[in-house]
Amino acid sequence: MALILNEEQQLLKESADGFFAEKAPISQLRELRDSRSETGFSEALWNEMAEMGFAGLLVDEDNGGTDFGVMGAGIVAEAMGRTLSASPYLASGVISASVIKAAASDAQKANLLPAIASGEKIIALAIDENAHHRPESTALKATADGDGYVLSGMKTFVCDGHVADAYLVLARTSGAPGDTSGLSVFLVEKGAGGLIVDRTVMTDSRNWAKLTFEGVRVGADALVGPLDGAFDAIEPALDRARIIVAAELLGIAQECLDRTVEYLRERKQFGTVIGSFQGLQHRASHLFSEIEVTRSAVLKAMQAADTGGDVRWFASLAKAKACKTAELATNEAIQMHGGIGMTDEFDIGFFIKRARILQTFLGDFNYHADRFAACSSY
Amino acid sequence: MTDLETFRSETRAWLEENCPASMRTPMRGDDDACWGGRKFKFASDDQKTWLDRMASRGWTVPTWPTEYGGGGLSKDEAKILAAEMRRIKARSPLTSFGIWMLGPALLKFGTHEQKLEHLPKIARGEIRWCQGYSEPNAGSDLASLATKAEDQGDHWIVNGQKVWTSYADQADWIFCLVRTDNTGTKHHGISFVLFDMESEGVSTKPIKLISGNSPFCETFFDDVKVLKSNLVGEENKGWTIAKYLLTHERTGISDMGMPTPLNMLAKDKLGTNEDGKLPESMLRHQIAEHEIDAASFVFTLERAKDEAKAGGDMGAFSSMLKYYGTELNKQRHELIVKTNGSDGLEWEGQYSNEGDIARSWLRTKANSIEGGTSEVQLNIISKRILDLPA
Repeated sequence: MALILNEEQQLLKESADGFFAEKAPISQLRELRDSRSETGFSEALWNEMAEMGFAGLLVDEDNGGTDFGVMGAGIVAEAMGRTLSASPYLASGVISASVIKAAASDAQKANLLPAIASGEKIIALAIDENAHHRPESTALKATADGDGYVLSGMKTFVCDGHVADAYLVLARTSGAPGDTSGLSVFLVEKGAGGLIVDRTVMTDSRNWAKLTFEGVRVGADALVGPLDGAFDAIEPALDRARIIVAAELLGIAQECLDRTVEYLRERKQFGTVIGSFQGLQHRASHLFSEIEVTRSAVLKAMQAADTGGDVRWFASLAKAKACKTAELATNEAIQMHGGIGMTDEFDIGFFIKRARILQTFLGDFNYHADRFAACSSY
Repeated sequence: MTDLETFRSETRAWLEENCPASMRTPMRGDDDACWGGRKFKFASDDQKTWLDRMASRGWTVPTWPTEYGGGGLSKDEAKILAAEMRRIKARSPLTSFGIWMLGPALLKFGTHEQKLEHLPKIARGEIRWCQGYSEPNAGSDLASLATKAEDQGDHWIVNGQKVWTSYADQADWIFCLVRTDNTGTKHHGISFVLFDMESEGVSTKPIKLISGNSPFCETFFDDVKVLKSNLVGEENKGWTIAKYLLTHERTGISDMGMPTPLNMLAKDKLGTNEDGKLPESMLRHQIAEHEIDAASFVFTLERAKDEAKAGGDMGAFSSMLKYYGTELNKQRHELIVKTNGSDGLEWEGQYSNEGDIARSWLRTKANSIEGGTSEVQLNIISKRILDLPA
């Protein structure tokens, strides 16, 4: 398959780029931050996104989605990276939709996917318990009790955790932290007895939360996917999400380069535009090269995820490369903007703050470089 | 069966029949390559047989037209041929600057007579070419070249010096940039000419490099007669051809094919722990980081080809590929040396295949100098892609 966007994907890209530039430019995120918005995102925007079909890109048409696959979801994520548009897209439309598709029963799918695709229901995945992503170290316990389970423990770095209507919770049903077996996923509704949600304010001014489970009781039908077999069941779904996060990082890196190059063309010092200085030209050109190479890795990974490639290897490749390049791009953007890049008034600082969050989310560079090596048997 | 499927099965059968067993082993370096030419000594009968058989089908240059010695294959057929050759690990039958540098330029800018005269000899490996571009005072600033060609009616008299001429001492002919006019801008007045290295007044002197090898020469021209029929394109407008050819060269340098993965070299040398990981954990990290970049770069070459096929203009993108590909290759060889520790720094002796690891490593230092330095590529990206002022 040619490594370029087809006509349909090109149209989606154009419509997404236009949509976010118009409806959710970076000024919207600034406003949400400055007003300490309760929701942390614009519900009107989220409704419009759902109408555009963006909330259901990974959902099949029978369940009310647009079924654009990882390629489509990545294209939209990249556009959102360029404008830093805030919405529960990643948590609900990407991660939870992916996990439900991979692991849930048909009845659960029919119940949950249409609600995700229409934007009615926001579902968030609660997976991390420590500062470093490592799903197998899950300790939160789900103990069988009567015809259901009781969940006890805590979760952190839950994407859109404080606005979610329900959670997919990775819990330990047997074995010990560190084992990949003995993990199961449960669906827990907002407001369940014993569930405490604490919003955490993070650098990116988006919605993150810590969850505490103090004996939260769920029914047997809350189990999503195989008992004790969640690690293998949801891993491909996490990999799809990682590829889409890589696409958002790519959008951030590209936007940083574009804004920086524009600044280099305008800013004058020593009587001339600073973009004529070779010291800066070479840094910008190097960054351009890294972004182009990253774009290829992300594109290839999106294609592979949709066509049955080795999604583990591709996901770790794309996420690792995107992490490294986004780090370079955001650092270089501030440096080349000089003093103005350090000011809150100027937008460039928003990108580095979002980038570091996404770099850390679902495994950072080191996590994925290690996994990439393990996938290649070394 | 579709035509392409038929082509594949016929090609597979022909290759099985005709590729000698010893030509299905990996090449250990430039010395194992078949360069062809009047002075070339074949390393084995198999090497000559393999070249002759492939040339007889035009498959040393599969996509060139048959009337110029090519195979006349479509792009899809050529892809199949390449895949089938990879399948049996067949060596390239001919390594040649004529094929990947001069050939494309002649096909685009040469006259029918010039193509008829030169291309078939390139395809058959009869004439080996070298490139007369750089001069002592025209390296990165190539357009300031000064080798002078004086107009004598039906011919020029050429005087001057070239440097870094790859394998000039073993080449039969040279494609050369000379100055036919020094009024006007430096890009004007350059002409692209061809002549025999045995012409009176041509001499070469190999330059010994840090690798201990001498792949490059100084080349001197002392009143060399060059017929005007050997001018390619228009007089004084050779810079266009020079640039076209450099673009091909850059894409070629950046796309040397898939080498053995670094992690496999490291596993062979160091083995693995019980958990299947390389025992040197920091080296493992460095290798992983490199291979992530390398795999992403391979996909970038794929994407560039697909975009070109879809009608996109490669243009200055080849500068990015040249820059990134050569820097990656340098890094790869640094890691090969590190993987091999002190063994990788042996300079002589059978055990190290005459210091092959160290010499190859040092050779790669030229990757980011030849064909336009990394800094020149970054200049081109700044100017032509990022639109930054000169």
